[in-house]
Amino acid sequence: MQQQPPSIEKLRWQCRRGMLELDFVLRGFLDNHYPTLSADDQALFVKILDYQDQLLLDWVMGHVVPSDAAIRRLVALMQNG
Amino acid sequence: MTLARRHFDALIIGAGGAGLNAALQLANANLRVAVVSKVFPTRSHTVAAQGGVNAALANVQPDNWHWHMFDTVKGSDYLGDQDAIEFMCREAIPTVYELEHNGVPFSRLDNGRIYQRAFGGQSQNFGGAQAARTCAAADRTGHAILHTLYQQNIRARTHFFDEYFAIDLISDDEGAILGALILEMETGEPLLIESKTTLLATGGCGQVFRTTSNAHINTGDGMAMALRAGVPLMDMEFFQFHPTGIAGKGMLITEGVRGEGGYLVNKDGERFMERYAPNAKDLASRDVVSRAIVTEVKEGRGVGPNADHVLLKVDHLGEDIVSKRLPGIRESSKIFAGIDPVVEPIPVFPTAHYVMGGIPTDRYGRVVAPIQKGPEEVVPGLYAAGECACVSVHGANRLGGNSLLDILVFGRAAGQDIIKYLDENPNHRPMSEAGVEKAVARLNRWDKRGEGLSVREVRDEFRKVMEDHAGVFRTDEIMSEGVAKVKEIRAKLADVRLTDHSSVFNTARVEALELENMVDIGMSIVLSALERKESRGAHSRPDYPERDDNNWLKHSLYTLEGDQMDFKPVHTKPLTVEPFPPKPRVY
Repeated sequence: MQQQPPSIEKLRWQCRRGMLELDFVLRGFLDNHYPTLSADDQALFVKILDYQDQLLLDWVMGHVVPSDAAIRRLVALMQNG
Repeated sequence: MTLARRHFDALIIGAGGAGLNAALQLANANLRVAVVSKVFPTRSHTVAAQGGVNAALANVQPDNWHWHMFDTVKGSDYLGDQDAIEFMCREAIPTVYELEHNGVPFSRLDNGRIYQRAFGGQSQNFGGAQAARTCAAADRTGHAILHTLYQQNIRARTHFFDEYFAIDLISDDEGAILGALILEMETGEPLLIESKTTLLATGGCGQVFRTTSNAHINTGDGMAMALRAGVPLMDMEFFQFHPTGIAGKGMLITEGVRGEGGYLVNKDGERFMERYAPNAKDLASRDVVSRAIVTEVKEGRGVGPNADHVLLKVDHLGEDIVSKRLPGIRESSKIFAGIDPVVEPIPVFPTAHYVMGGIPTDRYGRVVAPIQKGPEEVVPGLYAAGECACVSVHGANRLGGNSLLDILVFGRAAGQDIIKYLDENPNHRPMSEAGVEKAVARLNRWDKRGEGLSVREVRDEFRKVMEDHAGVFRTDEIMSEGVAKVKEIRAKLADVRLTDHSSVFNTARVEALELENMVDIGMSIVLSALERKESRGAHSRPDYPERDDNNWLKHSLYTLEGDQMDFKPVHTKPLTVEPFPPKPRVY
């Protein structure tokens, strides 16, 4: 059975991170891109939020390239606001 | 409504390095520990600390804790308490080894010992050659420490309340702290944690300023809870600002940019630092550069649609140098300022970074306050550690590598003292139902409906007022206006209404509670800054440009009730060594 996606409010809180850089990038992504994503990509974003802050920062800053192509695509959207 | 209640030996509010290191001591001693965190613990702001931890291990250069102590006292501009600083510098060594044994992957030398890097403000032999004192786990020390401590706490069965927001401490008529009322964000239900001891470890409060490098979670919740419980905040005028944060966002642009030849310009393209510091120019000290930027903006030479920032030029350095010598700056500028610094200048403004002040504690992490007999009586059952606390080891200015050290040493010390306290005080004190009702009322106030101001508009106004009136430009006139404006904003809080009254993940309600916390802290900052009529460390006043040891070698204390200011002496006597008397601070 497909799990219900978390509410936007819950996701908004989970975009609050230990680093200011991630606060901006994740919150911006949630507001600007998340509503228009496919159900699969929305589920992927929810999964991304479970990753460690340091790894997310490395992805966003381009220090590390995600091996998963779908994550790469979402990270590219994050980098562009 | 029946209020759910849980009972613990120790309640820790905040899950950064200080809270988790305290929790680990307690859980390892088989005590019942609750850690309450408004975000998932490994998303605490400790994760952002990249630099490292100072400890005189002498792995790279000769070193000892006494030299580290000298540097810290001098760095504090002699406002740090020398007993606490001696304790911290001595304890740094076992603290780092304990972390190593717990699994923190410190960077290594070829001989297997912990690698140590040199950092500003570190010296050998009391002001001599550069020391190498900072232990680091590559450039992600905070991340490594936070994750290690979290995993060790899971192993030790610490009880975590993730995504719970602490509303208020509960105290009885004698001022003893009995626990706290917390809010489960998932359900919107309050929960009373009755605890024999409570440790506040909620981190800093940079979000009180419009431009800050602090994460959005840094709203000073523990400091405000302490204020409402009648505990003063100490030395809140001492706030470190970094001259170049990305305008409107706050992320740091390293000073290395100016070191590599980058320079600041105003809207006319003028290299204005030549007027403020003809010799050092853009490499003048932080406070001089910060104040120059703010002056340019105040006098109408700012850039942008609101003329509210200046520009940092690096494009003349060329793509090669920017990419090679300033890694990260190009990416940061592209993502957060929307410009490529190789082509366009970076919009910058001073950014609030670290608060030296906080909840007054002794070196065991016990909260101390002027209650009846003296300025430093212990508040029964209450502890504080980390950036929210003021021991005071940073005094008027913190040295690089001493902030992670502070949270770890005093988190650990608080945990160890709580163990001792619980041995002597094994029972819960009777719960104060009046105290509980007061905390519940604070939460329920946000159920009021009807027309009113929004949290967002009041928060934006407040943070701008703080930036304009308690930031880097501090004169009597500007700060007096600031006090009046913060009072007006505080009065407006009664007229703020929420439009969302749902229970489940009502983040609007949490943001409203955070706003209340920030406004109380804002008042402590602007009023303490107005009172201190001298320049010392990070507190820099053009109208009182000199340090004044005769009148101001003392700690300030702000109390919420009546907005009262008081002072107490600096501990100038160390534990075992001779004091370091105040001297001009020259590097």
